[in-house]
Amino acid sequence: MSILESSALDAQQAADGQAATRPVEGHSQWQLTWRRLRSDRVSMIALGVIIIMVILAIIAPAFAAITGHGVNTAYPIQGENDAGNPVGPGVNGFWLGTDSTGRDLFVRILYGARISLFVGVVTTLIATVVGVAVGLMAGYFGGIIDTILGRFTDAVLAFPYVILALALAVVFRPSLTIILAVIAFFSWAAIARIVRGQTLAIKEKEYIEAARSLGAGPFRIMFVDILPNLLAPVLVVGTLLIPNAVVFEATLSYLGLGIQPPTPSWGNMLADASNFYQVAWWYLAFPALFLLITTLAFNLLGDGIRDAMDPRTERLIAARRMRQRRARDRKRAADAGQGPAIPDTVNG
Amino acid sequence: MAIFGYIVRRILTGIVVIWLVSTAAFFLFFARPVATVARELAGHAATPQVINEVINNLGLNQPIMTQYWHFLDGLVHGNLGYSYFTQEPVDTMLKQDLPPTVSLVIGGMILWLIVGFTAGIISATRARSLFDRTTNVLVLIGLSMPVFVIGELLIWLVFQPLYSHGFTWINTGYSGISSGVGSFFGHMLLPWITLAAVQAAIYTRLSRGQLLEVLGEDYIRTARAKGLPERRVLFRHAVRAALTPVVSQLGVDVGQLLGGVVVVEVVFGLGGIGQVSVQAVYQDNLPVIIGFVIIAAVFVVVANIIVDLVYAALDPRVRIT
Repeated sequence: MSILESSALDAQQAADGQAATRPVEGHSQWQLTWRRLRSDRVSMIALGVIIIMVILAIIAPAFAAITGHGVNTAYPIQGENDAGNPVGPGVNGFWLGTDSTGRDLFVRILYGARISLFVGVVTTLIATVVGVAVGLMAGYFGGIIDTILGRFTDAVLAFPYVILALALAVVFRPSLTIILAVIAFFSWAAIARIVRGQTLAIKEKEYIEAARSLGAGPFRIMFVDILPNLLAPVLVVGTLLIPNAVVFEATLSYLGLGIQPPTPSWGNMLADASNFYQVAWWYLAFPALFLLITTLAFNLLGDGIRDAMDPRTERLIAARRMRQRRARDRKRAADAGQGPAIPDTVNG
Repeated sequence: MAIFGYIVRRILTGIVVIWLVSTAAFFLFFARPVATVARELAGHAATPQVINEVINNLGLNQPIMTQYWHFLDGLVHGNLGYSYFTQEPVDTMLKQDLPPTVSLVIGGMILWLIVGFTAGIISATRARSLFDRTTNVLVLIGLSMPVFVIGELLIWLVFQPLYSHGFTWINTGYSGISSGVGSFFGHMLLPWITLAAVQAAIYTRLSRGQLLEVLGEDYIRTARAKGLPERRVLFRHAVRAALTPVVSQLGVDVGQLLGGVVVVEVVFGLGGIGQVSVQAVYQDNLPVIIGFVIIAAVFVVVANIIVDLVYAALDPRVRIT
């Protein structure tokens, strides 16, 4: 929070004290969450990084045009040195150097971002829809449906997922569709568990009984009355599923069973780079850096959203503001050389 | 004996889960056209006769339900079938490939528990201190790093420079404990660090969160109020209660990892269940894949049962019924 904002806040509070007639504004949970999130500098930076990464991925062809380097075009003359090895960053107009066959690393990383972000978002959407549907049904109907769905969820979680993912990729031949299906298949169970637990608690509430006595059917109750109340935990888990999916895709591609070369993906680039780290550090370093920055940004944002949704955070923020205000007051008092400092009860 | 009945019941449901997993694995992998498999086994130059012979030998021409029956029959008798390529029994292969995986998981686990618990407990007791903030950043980096990136970075930045300067103790590949304890540790050090890096992040976060929650409970205030030293409050009252959920996570993780730490094994060339099953996947070696999938499922199921028993022993509120 900037000093400007906090002093504006102080001024406002002072005004409040003088004239307590200002009408009390009601805020929905989403408004409160957004306000808390916006005051969290780390989350905002993470959001900014994600937006920049998305824009870079979308306009990747523009960079291909600016540099004049096609994504899958090899430049054996300019892109390789005399020994046939990749050239470093900045050499011959290759901003981040070239890869093992003399292709532009920067352009390929941006095209790789398209795959990673697409896979991350689409699999999370699929997993969320499936997980919410399964969790709602298991939690709402209970009994035999709950048992069957519960056992099925257990079986999915008991599967050694890396091996199964690899096997599926081989059985159906690696393709983008298979990658999406495999990652979604192993992601929905986490959401289903949380939704089921929440549904079990919500369905006992009075307003559900009221809806039922008004003649609402089970599906109306599930989707109109229960679903909106569990969007918050689903949003948090969903945000944290995105970086997992990005890592999952990279791992599959690294093992050779995800995105197939020459289509660039951060995973298959790193797999190839691991053979060249002695002659071309940039080939390993830059894709790894982009991958890390992306997943880190999503994880930070997911954490931030979770904190912002937690009503306890409001107290933490309030306590921090109070600490800052006291510290400022103390400093002002000390500067003016007046009386004893105000005791810091919050820290004490 | 309530506990005896409970264990029997858990074992029975465990068997159902394993049956589900193995059946799914069987139909999934045998869903591929047999001719494709046979042609890959027989080689590119194989005549149709040779391919037919291969199909006959493997029993792939029988109706799928008959094959499934044979498969279940073998499974019940502890026979997991034979590798398509080497004709080696799958259980023998499993026994050979278990030591690297088990060494990796056990050693890594000790490392990540020490790091995770220490960091988690210190962070929780000094919430929002500089140590806590630094730990939080490191945890998030750990969670965001794919395992193979950590492994590749360690090879690039640690193994390679040391090795090229003649320091060859730290090495890749697997060296059994029987061929020297020193070389065993040298070969396992980087894999352990790689595996533990991500896991330690998860456990730091988990134990910190649990401990923070427990430290806010009334009985902690009571313990402090009656004048117990802080050390005793922390370790006797708080940590014990905070660790129970961590223990259950640990069981699930170890079960999953024993079923195949694919990436770490591949990056460092350790062999082991994970790497061998990846090879089997590349080769379409169906009996090996299915055998390894089943073993992995067994690990997960057994780990879950043990976790629930340990949970009941640690937490007096949990009753086994």
